[in-house]
Amino acid sequence: MPINKIVASFDEAVADIQDGAVLLVGGFGPIASIPSYLLEAVARRGVKNLTIVSNTAGFGKDIWGNIFGLPYDDLDLLMKNGQVKKTIVSAPISQWIENTWEKKVRAGEIEVEMVAQGTLAERIRAARAGLGGFYTYVGAGTALEEGKETKKIDGRKYLLEYPIKADFGLIKAHKGDRWGNLVYSGTSRTFNATMAGAAKVTIAEVDQIVELGELDPEAIVTPGLYVDRVVERPREEREAGKWMSEEEKESQRKWRVATSLKEEKDEAKGKA
Amino acid sequence: MKQKERLDPQTMALRTAKEFADGMIVNLGIGTPTMAANFVPAGREVLFHSENGVLGYGEITAPGEGDYNLVNASGQTVKPQPGMSVFEHAESFAMIRGGHIDVTVMGAYQISEKGDLANWMPPKRQVGTIGGAMDLAFGAKRVIIIMNHTTKEGEYRIVKECNYPLTAPRCVSLIITDVAVIEVTDHGLVLKEVAPGWTPEEVQSLTEPRLIVDPDWHEIELM
Repeated sequence: MPINKIVASFDEAVADIQDGAVLLVGGFGPIASIPSYLLEAVARRGVKNLTIVSNTAGFGKDIWGNIFGLPYDDLDLLMKNGQVKKTIVSAPISQWIENTWEKKVRAGEIEVEMVAQGTLAERIRAARAGLGGFYTYVGAGTALEEGKETKKIDGRKYLLEYPIKADFGLIKAHKGDRWGNLVYSGTSRTFNATMAGAAKVTIAEVDQIVELGELDPEAIVTPGLYVDRVVERPREEREAGKWMSEEEKESQRKWRVATSLKEEKDEAKGKA
Repeated sequence: MKQKERLDPQTMALRTAKEFADGMIVNLGIGTPTMAANFVPAGREVLFHSENGVLGYGEITAPGEGDYNLVNASGQTVKPQPGMSVFEHAESFAMIRGGHIDVTVMGAYQISEKGDLANWMPPKRQVGTIGGAMDLAFGAKRVIIIMNHTTKEGEYRIVKECNYPLTAPRCVSLIITDVAVIEVTDHGLVLKEVAPGWTPEEVQSLTEPRLIVDPDWHEIELM
């Protein structure tokens, strides 16, 4: 029987995510590389007590839509909905706004494990690669060393870091086929390609599903065996790499003005 | 007494770009450091690395003229250019930890006289963002800091010991502030350059640890 990892809907793609699941969520921060439709489906499913592993903790649809011109949701949606119990993150706060995550962490509603970005990526890669852990010198002599085993290697102190085991990985790619092969666009590989294959189940949200053979074997970034499900964004949505409309340009201009003003305000507070 | 003029962020970025030698791989942090990309001295080819997975990108685009799938670490759209490559996160940080980045430029809250760097958590905010800064501070061959010399309240930022959480111990090589250029050495902080109109004594008065004044100290040269 032909292998077919293509799933018809986003709701179906996340239908077996249960309360208390650990989710890897791809992307870097900017909305273009975030699996927004999958996050919306998780929100509709309403599962609670999730542990989220991600670079950021979401900044909100308003930022991306009203101001930036890309009306998609990010992890802020799950934070707002109260679906998240714990976050393992690297860059959760914004210099411009106080996001839901920050408010909820201060209120003691969300637990936090802070990880240096490269260590986060490598802990995820270690899970995909079947490693029991690895030593890194990053973080030695800082607060991140606390509670970790250390080892001197070539005269330098290293910290033992463990793989991050997860139940589901939600990632965003540009094109995918029925075997699960994926390619990305520009700088949207980020944590998406790192997370592919690192969780028990990897679900890829793609701009476009293509026929088997259309992806150049030399250019495939994520080989199909790392991916369990492929689901396509609605066709009317933007295609990756599309240049901005006049409206979007105006939105981005406003965003730049808004953020530069905020930077000036920060300067005034001596926080630059 | 009239307050002396301090350098603006653009001028600090311009001074920073002088440090980029021909052929170097350079990673620029969010904010003022990104401006340095616009000031690479003529005749030098420098490759910019951004931790979100791109090496050799072109200049930051005019507002609204970029592709959202090609951004630097600040989320600004950048232009593609011949020779550019893209990669995923674990690869990007292998480059950083593996010592393949020649220079990183970032901001700071505090720097100690030993070159300890604190730039991930302002204690008052209770939460912070490590991002790629920690890997870069540990892994890049040279760490350059651009920051205002003091806080707006006049508190020291160059201190004997950091009381903010450390990003990395003993990692900073060069500090470029709005009043001075200071090198971190095994013997201590060496004052190399001062902003126009400033004296070493005046810079010292804004700096907690004792500065060693380079016998060849001079006014900051931008070109």
